Amino acid sequence: MFNSYLETTLRYDTELCINCDMCSLVCPHAVFTRGEKVAVLANPRACMECGACMVNCPVMAIYVDAGVGCASAMIQAALRGKKMEECSCGGDDCCG
Amino acid sequence: MQMEITPTVSQLTLSDRWVHFQARVGINRVMHRVQPGLYTLGNPVPNSPVFVTANYQLSFNALRSSLASVDAWILVLDTHGINVWCAAGKGTFGTDELVKRIEMTGLKDIVRTRVLILPQLGATGVAAHEVKKRTGFKVEYGPVRAEDLGDYLQNRNCTPKMRKVRSSLRDRLVLIPVDIVNYFLPTLLAAIILYFLGSWFSVLAAITSVLAAVVLFPILLPWLPFRDFSVKGYLLGLLVMLPLVYYSFSGSEGALWSRILHVLPLLLGYPVVTAFIALNFTGSSTFTSRTGVKKEIYAYIPAMGWMFGISVVVTLGLFIWKVLGA
Repeated sequence: MFNSYLETTLRYDTELCINCDMCSLVCPHAVFTRGEKVAVLANPRACMECGACMVNCPVMAIYVDAGVGCASAMIQAALRGKKMEECSCGGDDCCG
Repeated sequence: MQMEITPTVSQLTLSDRWVHFQARVGINRVMHRVQPGLYTLGNPVPNSPVFVTANYQLSFNALRSSLASVDAWILVLDTHGINVWCAAGKGTFGTDELVKRIEMTGLKDIVRTRVLILPQLGATGVAAHEVKKRTGFKVEYGPVRAEDLGDYLQNRNCTPKMRKVRSSLRDRLVLIPVDIVNYFLPTLLAAIILYFLGSWFSVLAAITSVLAAVVLFPILLPWLPFRDFSVKGYLLGLLVMLPLVYYSFSGSEGALWSRILHVLPLLLGYPVVTAFIALNFTGSSTFTSRTGVKKEIYAYIPAMGWMFGISVVVTLGLFIWKVLGA
């Protein structure tokens, strides 16, 4: 109850995985861990959708709709009439 | 064309500490930049390690101060004065900027090593395999935190703990001062309006609800019930209002409906302020996904609006009632 963080946009295709280990190296929440033949999606609920695994996967076995989970940036974007996804995060006014 | 190489040291000075303090309380944020380019730390030789960082002064300082007695090269990317993780999310700490900076500094001709050590959190913006293809440099992701670099350099390996981003009490505490500064003016404005509309009591309620969100929320975050920040915040806001509710309800001698109207904002509007500021803390946390935050916004913002609106109407109504009655 009162948990909006049960699902994420993370998708992983084990068929494509070449077990290079990059995803488990770059994930800051140990969502991926080393496996014997392919990387293991060990803790999908911990995913914060930063996109590091997708960006560093050389065979595009991972997809995530990457973005920053920052309510203030999303609300500001919505107020300016933009889509919530087009947040202005990383500008001079935020994220020091 | 080769750009100049700037020497730097691992020792932080008093003026560096002053910059850190300023950054933590939100003064001159955009000024805290380092010139992008190549730096030497100690006396590096062509085979010394190359570290890559952002041109935010706190990032640069965290790196060099963690490399005491290490001879190294430091390549500073132009991230417009933004820290590594946020800049990587935006793409300014990214593959293109890294490739460009390698070319601009003539790094290939200066160093013999073909390995670059990047902070792990830079991985959101940098595709290691693409950097390799475009420049010949192999990207190696070091630990999340610069302070672990000493251990990492022993055998160029990270423990699982060094790979995880943490959100310790200390990490959350350092975020409090800048939010106090950020929320000071709006709170002052609200307090002045409330003083004229109501009394010192309303001012106290407003300041309490903001302080609960800005100071108590980051401290208590892991222990507040439920996962959603809005719900955690609302419950915390309600908790700090309880003494005021008790005081208001038992202290006044008016009719029951009047007493209920007086406590209504304390149960709705003020805790919603705490909830809203708490929801905004998602951006400062290290684990909320965009999908989840979006769900929270859709789920709670309308309710927050209603609760806040009702409280405003009630407060105004009571004010008019008081003026007419006098």
